[in-house]
Amino acid sequence: MSKPLDQNIKENHSADLGDYIGPLQKVKSMCRRNPLAAVSACVILAVIILAVLAPVIAPYGEAQQDLLNRLKGPSAAHLFGTDELGRDVFSRILYGSRVSLIIGIFPPLISLVIGIILGLTAGYFGGWIDYLIMRIADVMLSFPSLLLSMALMYTLGRYANSIVCIFTALSLVGWASVARVVRSHTLSLKETEYVEAARSIGVRPAKIMLRHIMPNCIPSLIVLYTLNVPSCILSESTLSFLGIGVQPPAASWGLMVNQAKQFLFTMPWLALAPSLTIMIIVLAFNFLGDGLRDTLDPYLQKG
Amino acid sequence: MGSGNILEIRDLHTSFFTDSGVVHAVNGVDLDVPKGKITGLVGESGCGKSITAKSVMGLVRYPGRIESGSIRLDGQELTGLKEKELRKLCGQEVSMIFQEPMTSLNPVLKVGRQVAEALRVHRGATSKAEEKQEVIRIFEKVGIPEPEQRFTAYPHELSGGLRQRVMIAMAMIMNPKLLIADEPTTALDVTVEAQILRLMKNLCGENGMSVLIITHNMGVVAEICDEVYVMYAGRIVEKAPVFSLFDETAHPYTKGLLASIPRISGNPEYLSTIPGVVPNMKYLPTGCAFHNRCPLASEKCVREVPEMVETGEGHFCRCHLAKAQTARG
Repeated sequence: MSKPLDQNIKENHSADLGDYIGPLQKVKSMCRRNPLAAVSACVILAVIILAVLAPVIAPYGEAQQDLLNRLKGPSAAHLFGTDELGRDVFSRILYGSRVSLIIGIFPPLISLVIGIILGLTAGYFGGWIDYLIMRIADVMLSFPSLLLSMALMYTLGRYANSIVCIFTALSLVGWASVARVVRSHTLSLKETEYVEAARSIGVRPAKIMLRHIMPNCIPSLIVLYTLNVPSCILSESTLSFLGIGVQPPAASWGLMVNQAKQFLFTMPWLALAPSLTIMIIVLAFNFLGDGLRDTLDPYLQKG
Repeated sequence: MGSGNILEIRDLHTSFFTDSGVVHAVNGVDLDVPKGKITGLVGESGCGKSITAKSVMGLVRYPGRIESGSIRLDGQELTGLKEKELRKLCGQEVSMIFQEPMTSLNPVLKVGRQVAEALRVHRGATSKAEEKQEVIRIFEKVGIPEPEQRFTAYPHELSGGLRQRVMIAMAMIMNPKLLIADEPTTALDVTVEAQILRLMKNLCGENGMSVLIITHNMGVVAEICDEVYVMYAGRIVEKAPVFSLFDETAHPYTKGLLASIPRISGNPEYLSTIPGVVPNMKYLPTGCAFHNRCPLASEKCVREVPEMVETGEGHFCRCHLAKAQTARG
């Protein structure tokens, strides 16, 4: 009597397994549905490789001057020309990508971690903890973030070099939006039956937050992260352009635009080359973020 | 009373203090679960069944709390226990199965790891291989085919019946003394329901485990329960051995419930119901909470809360008319 029933379950079940979409298929379907995102991912990958291999690829040193060849136009020897000190613009863009990528990738990661911890705590425990954390987040969000990072950099500037300053400032500014997103997810996720089930077998709150609630936030967090990366790259460029970011002779895209602004009408490539690079990398991250959101968000998924 | 009960609930009051008023979800419940028996708790939606269960597990969340009363698990008082101490008991001594197998497993975790979680919480660090061994053993026990493959499956890859089996495995892995099943089969179709009920009954018999099963399905009650409590508006209104409940129904509410079961032999044009709805728990009626829906209600029912009276052997009923009714037969 019980055998045919079990058999039945087995057969039904193997049919279910057929619908499973593995991560590889997900990537494939993303490439097919959203080729722009796939191209963006390739661009980002290429930039990362170029940044890592900058000393090998760059034809000239980061601050190597050649005063006889100042302000030359693009040529075979100097792909994007040379600046007012005869430095090769292409090489400086390669070296500058290291700063931009470090600032683009790590501070958002740190603010992500801070935001996750604070958002989970606020959402899960509620009450006054929630109130306290979210009011601080509100204050952070109501402040212009650029102004806040500038203030932080002035304060920190005495103690550390400029890249460390930008790094710290941007890490401390970005967590509030992450905390908000995580908190709102946590509020709905903590009412789910699987969280209740986990509590019913005696799992500790910290573990429930990290093992049961956090993984369910990951799709939104990935998207949030890919959107935070370009904004951090832009912040770094802006700060450097304003002269309070990376200090010469080190190279950074924003700094290069700043130094090229006096030659904007006579030698536009000096400003155009780093500007276009900033634009390409920022667009690439934005498109990738959009593509990931479409792929990872179950509500936007068809079938 | 006595030591024959694994769970003894006495005069339990659980209320929710909402902004718009106090909701008395559980209003003085007395309930015993005898060792090695299956006890049923029946009632309409919103009558406080699930909150009673959650009170035992310490799962009642803000703004709700247990106001007064005592919950004893195998002689140990649970109310007033620190959260940490309660966590130690939950999953090990007493565990719970939830209503919706579709939503009670975390969609992003492999089911094997989820089941193993109870092991890790209560037994500390064991090797992954050992854990897997144990989980596969319990998967086999609850009748999950191909347990090795299921171990690494995600919940969405499993059917409803299989997920409920996984839930049972999760609840059973520490061999608890008491299993609370909150409408375990409501979301399942009838064939799977029968399998799951049979499974629970077998596990109960083999391990000497006691079960408190919460349901609104009289069929489930008749199928597996030894003793039944009927709950209405936060109170127990009738308690009886299962046969006695069906044969000598004492409370008008229980009669209404039994009459509401659709029958093939009955008039196909007309489905019997109990008129009215469960009262708003914020504004409980005076006297017997059922008086506004009861066909036999008198003035006394509006005025006074009836006491539990014994109407037969082990058969108790909270109704002013109870004795007279059974006397009539």
